[in-house]
Amino acid sequence: MAFTNEELERYSRHIILKEIGVKGQKKPLNGKVLIIGAGGLGAPAAMYLAAAGVGTIGIADADVVDLSNLQRQVIHTTNDIGKLKVESAAETMRAINPGIQVNTYHTFVSSENIMDLIADYDFILDGTDNFPAKFLINDACVMAKKPLSHAGIIRFKGQLTTIIPGEGPCYRCIFKNPPPKDAVPTCRQAGVIGAMGGVIGSLQAMEAVKYLTGTGDLLVGYLLTYDALTMEFHKIKLPSRKGGCAVCSDTPTITTLIDYEQIACDLKDR
Amino acid sequence: MKIKVAGEVKEVKEGLTLTELIEIEQVETPQYVTVSLNEEFVESGSFAETVLKDGDDVEFLYFMGGGR
Ligand SMILES: [Zn+2]
Repeated sequence: MAFTNEELERYSRHIILKEIGVKGQKKPLNGKVLIIGAGGLGAPAAMYLAAAGVGTIGIADADVVDLSNLQRQVIHTTNDIGKLKVESAAETMRAINPGIQVNTYHTFVSSENIMDLIADYDFILDGTDNFPAKFLINDACVMAKKPLSHAGIIRFKGQLTTIIPGEGPCYRCIFKNPPPKDAVPTCRQAGVIGAMGGVIGSLQAMEAVKYLTGTGDLLVGYLLTYDALTMEFHKIKLPSRKGGCAVCSDTPTITTLIDYEQIACDLKDR
Repeated sequence: MKIKVAGEVKEVKEGLTLTELIEIEQVETPQYVTVSLNEEFVESGSFAETVLKDGDDVEFLYFMGGGR
């Protein structure tokens, strides 16, 4: 299928890149990315993926837009307060690029729905804000063999890694189990600088676009950390797949999905 | 002796254990940190017995739970 003149113009700054070209730009148009969480990370990621012409973007979130979200969740505006986040996010994505399909899922991810949610997508982007969800998404992506961009942000720090099951370590290779409730502070308790979601969420979008276009090297086997106070990026080479990983080793001990207890204050952070 | 901590070369005393390094580096919530030593994960129960050697490369990996 040839590009229309409008598409050629819209994506001209991609098409002119020798690493992408006309051929490379067709891949995201046929690609499907699911963003879980329409917040600090998911907002910029969704906007860049819509703008880049990812043909189908799913967005899952159970919350409504709250005034306290607007300091960082740039996909929502003051007029969106009280709207479902997935609806507000979808409106912005469709306004940026009417040529893409946006699917909304007004739900919390759980062991009940996550396998169905991720099944239709090529790449999953974790923009959630709590450990139970991050472990659930990791385990589901390992079991379904779905590529995943994992990220976390807090205060003036952020980090991300890309997980391709079978090729490199997963989240559980690094962290065996979620920390106990309240043992490690969350954004709501500790705060987060607004632009951090922009930095790390954009890097997640970068990984999704690189994956779909087959361009460059992904953060598979690396954890990239960013400290805004010192303005330092640090790329940590992760140990190769840990033989004993409970979920991604050849003999996993975790073979069904686990719903860890949600941290109560995260549920209230709407 | 010299070791690398988070990519930075540091002068430390001979025989330093991982537990002592965690104290020196003021690692936040040390009971939940993951340590990579020369690109191998160190079991969290064995930090005290892990004696560092000259040229070791240590990375601390922290839980970061935020995102929304
Ligand atoms: Zn693993």
